[in-house]
Amino acid sequence: MCSRCRIELPGAVLLVLLSGCGHSTHVMGQQAAAASVGGVITSSLVPGYSHSVSTLEPQAAKYYDNPQAVTDGKRLFSQYNCSGCHSNGGGGMGPPLMDGEWIYGSRLEQIHQTLVEGRPNGMPAWGGKVPDEQLWELAAYVRSMSLPQTLAAQTGNTPSQSPAAVPRDVDQDAGWSPPPDTTNDYGTLTTGPK
Amino acid sequence: MVRQFKFVLLAALFPVALAAQTVPPPVPESEVFSRESIGHALAEPTPQAGHTAASPANAPADDGQWSMPSKNFASTRFSSLTELTTANVRDLTPVFSFSLAVNKGQEAAPIVADNVMYVVTAYPNFVYALDLTKPGAPLKWKFAPRPLPASQGVACCDVVNRGGTVDRGKYIFDTLDGQVIALDAKSGKPQWRTRLGNINLGETVTMAPLVAGGRVFVGDSGGEMGVRGWIAALDENSGKLLWKAYNTGPDKDVLIGPQFKPFYAEDRGTDLGERTWPPQAWKIGGGTVWGWVTYDAELDTIYYGVANPGPWNADQRPGDNKWTAGIFARDPATGAAKWYYQYNPHDEHDYDGVNEQLLLDMPFGGKMRKVLIHMDRNGYVYVLDRTTGQVLSADPYGPVNTSRGVDLQSGRLIVNPDKGTKFGSETRDICPTASGAKDWNPTSFSPQTGLLYIPHENMCMDWTSMQVNYIAGTPYVGADVHMKPGPGGNRGELTAWDPVNRRPVWQVKENFPIWSGTMVTAGGLVFYGSMDGWFKAVDARSGNLLWKYKVDSGVIGQPVSYRGPDGHQYVAVLSGVGGWSGAVVSGPVDPRDGSAALGMINVMSDLPKYTTAGGTLYVFALPH
Repeated sequence: MCSRCRIELPGAVLLVLLSGCGHSTHVMGQQAAAASVGGVITSSLVPGYSHSVSTLEPQAAKYYDNPQAVTDGKRLFSQYNCSGCHSNGGGGMGPPLMDGEWIYGSRLEQIHQTLVEGRPNGMPAWGGKVPDEQLWELAAYVRSMSLPQTLAAQTGNTPSQSPAAVPRDVDQDAGWSPPPDTTNDYGTLTTGPK
Repeated sequence: MVRQFKFVLLAALFPVALAAQTVPPPVPESEVFSRESIGHALAEPTPQAGHTAASPANAPADDGQWSMPSKNFASTRFSSLTELTTANVRDLTPVFSFSLAVNKGQEAAPIVADNVMYVVTAYPNFVYALDLTKPGAPLKWKFAPRPLPASQGVACCDVVNRGGTVDRGKYIFDTLDGQVIALDAKSGKPQWRTRLGNINLGETVTMAPLVAGGRVFVGDSGGEMGVRGWIAALDENSGKLLWKAYNTGPDKDVLIGPQFKPFYAEDRGTDLGERTWPPQAWKIGGGTVWGWVTYDAELDTIYYGVANPGPWNADQRPGDNKWTAGIFARDPATGAAKWYYQYNPHDEHDYDGVNEQLLLDMPFGGKMRKVLIHMDRNGYVYVLDRTTGQVLSADPYGPVNTSRGVDLQSGRLIVNPDKGTKFGSETRDICPTASGAKDWNPTSFSPQTGLLYIPHENMCMDWTSMQVNYIAGTPYVGADVHMKPGPGGNRGELTAWDPVNRRPVWQVKENFPIWSGTMVTAGGLVFYGSMDGWFKAVDARSGNLLWKYKVDSGVIGQPVSYRGPDGHQYVAVLSGVGGWSGAVVSGPVDPRDGSAALGMINVMSDLPKYTTAGGTLYVFALPH
């Protein structure tokens, strides 16, 4: 578990997490607090009960509800050959991006992090190769591909041509919620151990 | 015709709902040229002049093993075993199976030597050795080469491997991340490993290495990544690099010297691999070697096809783009080029020249000639004189409208400008499609029938070229492609082709493109697999279906036949759909994007309704 933290998390947070590895629930509390102030979490599983599995990256804010960001991102997606692997969102050499399945998270900051760091099964690391603002714009376009508005705008067999701006509320952390269309009483699960 | 009309009508009524996930209507028959109008030969057929067969040097007497994917240097894939016949094949039964633990496209041939079967999987390229002398063929050893996981991200069309070879006590294969590895065949212990590819340049290796005369011949993949293609020879005992020849650039890099005597004038001149490109473009111009290398034991020559030029956007590389999309003959000891022929000068359609070449002796023009037969992506069966590189005949075996045959005086393909590809505008109904009238999956030949059994495609495409930037280690394509079925709507065909009389003898239509190889036996049977998961045997003389068996996933591998330790005949094949055409299943790829997987998804979006990903070895025999 901790060796994974080391790969995914930078600087200051890393130190806190490492110190937490061998300790008990008291340290786990610190861990959740530390995570909320910096770094990008890709796992939706956080040890030590907490429904908060996201961070708040202030840099991401201006790319929400921003039609220009997704339009610019669409242009960059082709210029940097992203389309060579991910096509128009349907994938090929790389995975599809329009299917709403996210291994490393769907939040703008998580997608941005994937672009910066690359991923082990073939995603290149673009950090330092491309201006950071462009990586955010790319992240916004990639996030837009699976939005219902973008999917609804597809008219032929080429998707993602009229990308909708990414609404701020799609990335609001709603915590853990029961699967849709279920009627079980999930009350104890959402409130955690007493 | 009626069915086709219905398709069009439906599409017109529900354009949005159907466009994204429905296979488009087939290209009309009137869009392609007839075989009679574009097939050419230097002489009329003279079948009475002799019997077509491979020479004993290139196809030695069958020992009942299957030690290399192509069976022999002639690449006939002909098994002389006769226990299985057209009369009894209906009783063919599975005798054991083995899970490969990898659910990606399985293109390899199972290899049988000294009563052991060897299988290499798609990435992560596991090698399994199974003991055929024991019930159920238990695992003898397994080897995991651990290729770099990131190599998956620079593999254009699934993470396939086309097989290994047993020679001199070693099993020799390559890995996706560009290693060539020799294992001790008995123990599975590595004898040597040589890294030839650099994934940060976009280089991978997927081809089946050819082992001949104490040398291992290997080439790279990555024609969609702006690599500079090459072939290399390694010493079989040590793995040391003996020579490496690039397929673009100045003559000294291409190993072109005094020995080089191409048949046609347009291939003669200094540094054509540099001068037929815009400045520097040859450095990122593709020309990889991911298909088949063949050794001619009679002429001590290797032949191999060179893949497409890059990028796909041909407007970015005016010129003939030598030495891509053609075939080289080389001296195996030094790599020195002997001759070259370009199937597709200035390729505009991704017509790689990497498909297999069969080495046969065949009657032509009244006498026996040493020929090389190659079924190109561009749709023609080429018969070349393999001593000189001269084209004797070229006839279409699939739907063609990108060219009007081969000019047999100049050797040059007669390109149809109406189906050229252009920057910024769409060319529609181009036939054959980018993956060709046929892709890598190899043909077999029976000396009994004199026929080639060609597993192939019947697909066309729409294409728009776009500007593309070169960034090392990323795709360098520059084309938006949407594929579609060819005339008739069946996307695949098995054609029995008579190379002497230059015509098809029979054809079997398949719903999906045939992406498996074929294998033919002395019992008069042709084996192949379909992408929807049927492994089939048809009559080599008529094409009549005699047996089929449903395996766990689509078949895109290479069937083989061998004599087991008990003396009985066995047939083996891998299941596991994938490859370029199967990416929609093994990907994952979203079928709503017709341009996905380089435009293949447009024509394969229904495959997930027929099969799921898998990866299993199947072995069959008659009850005994």
